[in-house]
Amino acid sequence: MKVKMLSRNPDNYVRETKLDLQRVPRNYDPTLHPFEVPREYVRALNATKLERVFAKPFLASLDGHRDGVNCLAKHPKSLATVLSGACDGEVRIWNLTKRKCIRTIQAHEGFVRGICTRFCGTSFFTVGDDKTVKQWKMDGPGYGEEDEPLHTILGKTVYTGIDHHWKEPVFATCGQQVDIWDEQRTNPICSMTWGFDSISSVKFNPIETFLLGSCASDRNIVLYDMRQATPLKKVILDMRTNTICWNPMEAFIFTAANEDYNLYTFDMRALDTPVMVHMDHVSAVLDVDYSPTGKEFVSASFDKSIRIFPVDKSRSREVYHTKRMQHVICVKWTSDSKYIMCGSDEMNIRLWKANASEKLGVLTSREKAATDYNQKLKEKFQHHPHIKRISRHRHLPKSIYSQIQEQRIMKEARRRKELNRIKHSKPGSVQIVSEKKKHIVAVVK
Amino acid sequence: MSAIRASESSLLASSQQEELEDLPKDYPLSTSEDEGDSDGERKHQKLLEAISSLDGKNRRKLAERSEASLKVSEFNVSSKGSGEKLVLSDLLEPVKTVSSLATVKKQLNRVKSKKTVELPLHREEIERIHRQVAFNKTSQVLSKWDPIVLKNRQAEQLVFPLNKQQSAFAPIEHVLSGWKARTPLEQEIFNLLHKNRQPVTDPLLTPVEKASLKAMSLEEAKMRRAELQRARALQSYYEARARREKKIKSKKYHKVLKKGKAKQALKDFEKLRKVNPAAALEELEKLEKARMMERMSLKHQNSGKWAKSKAIMAKYDLEARQAMQEQLARNKELTQKIQLASESEEEEGGTEEDCDPLVSDVVNEVQVKANRPNPWMFRNHSSDTKEAETQEDPEELAGSMAHEASESEEEEGPVAEEEILLKEFEERRSLRQKSGLNQIAEPVGRPETKDSSSQAILSELRVLSQKLKKENRQSRKQEVSSVKTVLAVQREKPAQEEEEPLLLQRLERAQTLDKLEELSKEGCFQNKELPRAAAEGQCLERNPDNHLGAPKEKKKKEQMIDLQNLLNTKSPSVKSLAVPTTIEELEDEEERAQRQMIKEAFAGDDVIRDFLKEKREAVEASKPKDVDLTLPGWGEWGGVGLKPSAKKRRRFLIKAPEGPPRKDKNLPNVIINEKRNIHAAAHQVQALPYPFTHHQQFERTIQTPIGSTWNTQRAFQKLTTPKIVTKPGHIIKPIKAEDVGYRASSRSDLSVVQRNPKRLSIRHKKQLKKNSID
Repeated sequence: MKVKMLSRNPDNYVRETKLDLQRVPRNYDPTLHPFEVPREYVRALNATKLERVFAKPFLASLDGHRDGVNCLAKHPKSLATVLSGACDGEVRIWNLTKRKCIRTIQAHEGFVRGICTRFCGTSFFTVGDDKTVKQWKMDGPGYGEEDEPLHTILGKTVYTGIDHHWKEPVFATCGQQVDIWDEQRTNPICSMTWGFDSISSVKFNPIETFLLGSCASDRNIVLYDMRQATPLKKVILDMRTNTICWNPMEAFIFTAANEDYNLYTFDMRALDTPVMVHMDHVSAVLDVDYSPTGKEFVSASFDKSIRIFPVDKSRSREVYHTKRMQHVICVKWTSDSKYIMCGSDEMNIRLWKANASEKLGVLTSREKAATDYNQKLKEKFQHHPHIKRISRHRHLPKSIYSQIQEQRIMKEARRRKELNRIKHSKPGSVQIVSEKKKHIVAVVK
Repeated sequence: MSAIRASESSLLASSQQEELEDLPKDYPLSTSEDEGDSDGERKHQKLLEAISSLDGKNRRKLAERSEASLKVSEFNVSSKGSGEKLVLSDLLEPVKTVSSLATVKKQLNRVKSKKTVELPLHREEIERIHRQVAFNKTSQVLSKWDPIVLKNRQAEQLVFPLNKQQSAFAPIEHVLSGWKARTPLEQEIFNLLHKNRQPVTDPLLTPVEKASLKAMSLEEAKMRRAELQRARALQSYYEARARREKKIKSKKYHKVLKKGKAKQALKDFEKLRKVNPAAALEELEKLEKARMMERMSLKHQNSGKWAKSKAIMAKYDLEARQAMQEQLARNKELTQKIQLASESEEEEGGTEEDCDPLVSDVVNEVQVKANRPNPWMFRNHSSDTKEAETQEDPEELAGSMAHEASESEEEEGPVAEEEILLKEFEERRSLRQKSGLNQIAEPVGRPETKDSSSQAILSELRVLSQKLKKENRQSRKQEVSSVKTVLAVQREKPAQEEEEPLLLQRLERAQTLDKLEELSKEGCFQNKELPRAAAEGQCLERNPDNHLGAPKEKKKKEQMIDLQNLLNTKSPSVKSLAVPTTIEELEDEEERAQRQMIKEAFAGDDVIRDFLKEKREAVEASKPKDVDLTLPGWGEWGGVGLKPSAKKRRRFLIKAPEGPPRKDKNLPNVIINEKRNIHAAAHQVQALPYPFTHHQQFERTIQTPIGSTWNTQRAFQKLTTPKIVTKPGHIIKPIKAEDVGYRASSRSDLSVVQRNPKRLSIRHKKQLKKNSID
């Protein structure tokens, strides 16, 4: 009698080496895996909850300054190095991995108004209230040497800001006019003015490096072309712009931090309408910095909080605050796009995670796959009410919360009034001005 | 050349100036001569005036005669000329006559032709113009980033840092230096290699080659690669063309081609004979030889194995003889038939089109059948005709007809005919390729009716289809253009003013799971708090799958109302005797006609019954179902056609509890859907979220699972790719022109051009205007 036996090919189930993964036979028949949507929904809900549970963005506070931190700068070559200038003229260089100050310089008398690093990372420049521009070596002085600047330029007027060219030994300062300096010379190679007012900040375009943007206290933003040594265009807004930041991935996009609690993202070719108005702050926005991916930016505000905005959204996706953080004066997004630093009035520099619930350190591939999956699930079910509600929930200090409520009421009242005005006037006589156009006073050619 | 010209002109100008300066010295003009006299005269006049003013009266001044004038009256000398400007030509007139003053004349002429220099513009205006020009230039420079920005915005995944480190290919000697032969086999191979002096360790690249490798920049390499690619594409194109031509089975095509070639060769030969008779003779010999070879290799009909054997047998066997004859006949027939077919094809095609292009394939087939007894031939032929018909696209029909006409005209000129034939073949092929695209349009364009009016209809349809195609093309173009304008549109996208805040900011912290749970519950309550009517309205709108019956119901209702109205109208009209009966009758008749029409129109559908049926179905569907847990074959005999016993079925049947009574139980003409679940509604999306335009779109995205439970590993990975990937610990630099394949600007930003903006004139302004218009 012949006996029939089940026989399998061992190739199908035996590993070749110990290091191979075990083959797990899977049957993808959809009837065997029912309730796809409800199961995924529950997973998404759990992922959202866990995201909120693990949202602990605050990493460290760097203390040591003896006055408010007025400016920050990133090191172009080293992720761990950060420079900061304080209101008492002190410049400190920090090591982020050790969370320690590695060098202290008494750079100026009065405020350190601006600080920027050279593109190669060997030296940095500071400007202060004492009408000087100073260049410093990044490395500290040797034993027995004095800590002195490499160069000092004494100007006629106070410089309020500085920025270094991204490729060439050229830097720009601003004060009464925008000056462009060669590093080797003590006189500016070119000065550009348009009207007479104090310019608060100047920034080089990181992509088309001959472009500059500046903002002055007469409420305008002026664009310059360094090659042709001429201003290009000027846009006047409702209120003063404190600073601007260029998008590092999109050459013609920049964002302006304004006193009227809003941020405006402009396409520099069409200044009459901003691409997006970002509103969530409840006080003047003092500083803005783009993520190096160019998809998001962080803004620091006088309302003691920092917010992260997606470039294409008008509302913030995240708000960071702590009890002790006072008016945030400067903010920077680190060049690996993982962390955010902010310097505030109460002498501290704080380090935050850019993604509040992100796990730091090296992830295993399974962890990575799980986070990716969770992220996608959250994205997929983001419109479902429960998930939306949980993922949107943020705690706010009372001051900001009450201000938000107040401003909401004000805004509603204004809207109602406008509607009433339209209702009671001749049709067509009252034009509805869109939010984007509302804040632009004029564009000067 | 231009430089020389410029220098010439400058020289000329300078010389002119000199001449002008010289002028008064050499030729003192008459006016300057009597300067002293005129001075005296002026004094005299002043004196006269003083005297006249002494007596107080304002005497009428008499114009003095100082110069010769045209009008001289006896009372007065008119001073008409005195107010006029001195014109150069007037001065020249007297000079004309004197030949000695030719040089002066020339100089004056030159002066006349010279133009005045434009005034420089105001400083502010100059600056503004400068700014505008610079801005235009800069925006042009920036616009090169548009496609990259768009691409990055739409990218599924962006991996940072963007500039990937190009894996430097290590030369083989470097790799080899760190490697040693260990196993005996490897050693053996190595020994062999060394024996044959293969270059193992000595550098594979000579220093020159290395230098050239280094010297070749990325751009150069890219250019070369592009060139190579182009060459390769061309080659492959020609290859493909050759292959295609080779593949063409049509004997006719090849015949025509061959004929054409032969003609060409003959022409060439004629030319050669005129130019070089010796070479021509050689060529002739060659041709003769080729012809002979051809003749020799020609296969004859009875050369096959079977034919030969039959030929032997044919002497004795009648059957074999008959078979051979048959075969011969068949052969003849076949060969003839092929020729015939190829000829008649055209004719038939032509005639058919001429008489009636609407005749269906079947009719054609029948005709063909009548002509041809040979089924094989028939099949070939019919397929051919079919093809021909399919090729005769409605659009192209007129054109092809015209072609045929021209063909018949040019039948005399054989060369032209061949060309036309070739063209036709080409056309057919292209048409065949097109036909795939036209599949949608074709059935519209080819109705199988044989009405007399169908011709007109057909032509109309043709026009329509043509229009359709045009529209298609246009829409495609528009799509392309729309892609271009996406950025602009994005810029212009209306502000979402009342955008909902992304964050829900509160005073409480919620960082534990319990609190988060509470949060979600709160959300529930909020949902419940919604005004009920609004909520219902929303649910009606937003849960269309739950309320599939709802819109239908509405429609049905409307219909019902209509019907009732109709029924009302049907009710017998009240007849009053006072009204003349004839009119009434007329009206009645009209009404009846109308009723009849309505009856006819709604003959098929009994709306009320349909509705009742629907309601019954809805009630059935909403009833809780019994659960049958019987397992066939469990504890019984199994097999085909066997059913579990009634006892068992009774035992394992779980009866569903009676549900609550339906709300529409007592409402005969309403269906109330009770499917809506409040508990589930709290988890459902209330409004269609922003990027979606249709609820089905959104549902589809929700219903496709992305987990690894439902997808293969590969699919899972693809579905869960994050949008932005960053490497930890890597610095992300701003995007560079070189990264995306643009040329980095060679000009340094340092070269600040200091210009003097004062010499900007109207010419620049004009240029600027032109720029701004552009």
